Amino acid sequence: MNAPRTLYEKLWDSHVVRPMSDDTALLYVDRHLLHEVSTPQSFVALDKRGCGVHRPAANLAVPDHSVPTRHRDRPIADPQARAQAARLVENVERYGIPFIPLDDIRQGIVHVMGPEQGFTLPGMTLACGDSHTTTHGAFGTLAFGVGASECGIVMAAQALVQRKARTMAVRIEGSLPPGVGAKDVALAFIARVGVNGAVGHAIEYMGPVVRGFSMEARMTLCNMAIEAGARVALVAPDDVTFDWLKGRPMAPQGDLWEQAVSCWRSLPSDENAAFDREVTLDAGEIAPHVTWGTSPEDTIAIDQPVPDPAAVMDEQRRGRLQRALAYMDLEPGKPIEGTPVDMVFIGSCTNGRLVDLEAAADVVRGRRVAPHVQALVVPGSGLVKRAAEEKGLDRIFIEAGFEWREAGCSMCVAMNEDRLKPGQRCASTSNRNFEGRQGRGGRTHLLSPAMAAAAAITGTLTDIRKLEAMS
Amino acid sequence: MSEPLVRIASQAISLPDPNVDTDIIFPARFLLKIDRDGMADCLFHDRRFDADGVLQEAFPFNRPDRQTAQFLVAGPGFGCGSSREQAVWALTDWGIRVVIAPDFGDIFSGNAAKNGLLLIRMDAGRTAALAAKAERGAIFSVDVPARRFTVDNEEVCRLDLSDAMAEAFIEGWEEIDVILNREREHIASFEAGHRSRQPWLFANE
Repeated sequence: MNAPRTLYEKLWDSHVVRPMSDDTALLYVDRHLLHEVSTPQSFVALDKRGCGVHRPAANLAVPDHSVPTRHRDRPIADPQARAQAARLVENVERYGIPFIPLDDIRQGIVHVMGPEQGFTLPGMTLACGDSHTTTHGAFGTLAFGVGASECGIVMAAQALVQRKARTMAVRIEGSLPPGVGAKDVALAFIARVGVNGAVGHAIEYMGPVVRGFSMEARMTLCNMAIEAGARVALVAPDDVTFDWLKGRPMAPQGDLWEQAVSCWRSLPSDENAAFDREVTLDAGEIAPHVTWGTSPEDTIAIDQPVPDPAAVMDEQRRGRLQRALAYMDLEPGKPIEGTPVDMVFIGSCTNGRLVDLEAAADVVRGRRVAPHVQALVVPGSGLVKRAAEEKGLDRIFIEAGFEWREAGCSMCVAMNEDRLKPGQRCASTSNRNFEGRQGRGGRTHLLSPAMAAAAAITGTLTDIRKLEAMS
Repeated sequence: MSEPLVRIASQAISLPDPNVDTDIIFPARFLLKIDRDGMADCLFHDRRFDADGVLQEAFPFNRPDRQTAQFLVAGPGFGCGSSREQAVWALTDWGIRVVIAPDFGDIFSGNAAKNGLLLIRMDAGRTAALAAKAERGAIFSVDVPARRFTVDNEEVCRLDLSDAMAEAFIEGWEEIDVILNREREHIASFEAGHRSRQPWLFANE
């Protein structure tokens, strides 16, 4: 009888080409997602060596990070961004890599597009030059972010030397109160363990709340795992996963589909499989969350006051919190609720999917964006945008005063023209509130799509539960 | 080839802030560059200069007496956040070859190893003691072949490097070449088995 194994261990074991040391192995990488920003230097490494791409069909490229979200009929205005997008086209053509161009309806953020196309499948290994590759773990995929060198190695060799992670089970027990969703769970978890709390670990999210989550909610949860330091996050695949994937353009068909599903059903962690660490969250105690500082761990429930650094004993940590408060222009002890915002951003690989836009639209319907607020909706992909338009969500947003944009990373990473000005405050459904992340001097508050929509309407950080009670 | 790392000695920069993320090390707007030129100019750009481009003298990387430092003593969580390898390229282009911290972002850590940037993990107390020595201008040194890390000639710790890792630092080998030279047959043989076990992964070829 074999020892019980976790999902992570099964995925790892089935991809080891050969062990390299006690805790490292050469790992076969089934798939690679490429975008314009993390790969120009990877292709230079291939060019220099004259080596080809080992399996071009194992790759899929799309421009997303620095593309404009307006005026797609015109050439990209920023010359550097234009050159970078053009370089991606040249590179994929030269190496025969499948490519989704900017004007294709399928274009979108790698972590939205990949699953949508069925490029992401359970049981596989997947790499991408982006830290939010954890997202794909929602399918029971061993997916991890890599740097440009590793992008080059995957293309040339289809394998990477990786360190085996320790395992962490994160159980979400009970049931979520109204107005609370996957983003709040993700933020509550980061607040609990800290931004380095899961470094060196592969997280597996489990429990009744995760089982009840849609694929989109599971993706939101896994997406944010990197903000707790975990390079890998997983949810065991189940019928929700298979139903979601079946019939997707790149998913297996016919007999191969049946064969694949029967293999995928053996992936969930064995009963009694041991995890190195276990963390349990009580869903019933999770309130809508919002970040107040410059690290995703600087998270509080919307009805809590801004923390006071004076209460922190550790000098380094106290210094960081003081710096964060100064950067965010907030006062300790004051309620976070009611803080005025200038900008609202709904989108990103965290919350740019149809269910996210629906959750925001439900709040917005029949209301108006506060006069001093600029509010953007940036769908995660062209297909998300089209599906939202078919449901009339674009009209709800536009009539309320939102801007309805084209798909891309946009103001999550601020590499295109969607940027905060110094001192501007933004309620954002993205994943990072780092200093300068949404534009130099910009101030970011991370929250859920419903909470972002509520902030757009009232013009301040708002408790969604109160807004809903009013209507 | 990355720059070989064999034996080096210099003063060290101390940057004790916790959770210095890769957006701080290398702001996103500079990621539009499609080559690796001028990386050092972007390093900690928004900490080294204010919004008007004025040099911030208090920032440790701007100290005139640390401009040739090859060691950085950092705080916990150094290099967390985005996967951008530019963070590592900017550090090495500036001249940093060794970073000491309690822990590092996982992806940053993988990127460092591929570019001859040596990371040394040390608990928070010992890191703080080294930061104090760095402030005082102590001379830090590493000797990769001997696996020695010393400060002012006193051994701090042994370098935890396998023979293969030490060899890569000493020779400046890049991992892509090591894998292409040594692992191709292993990969091909694994791939053949994998294809028969999970044929749907190869269905689109």
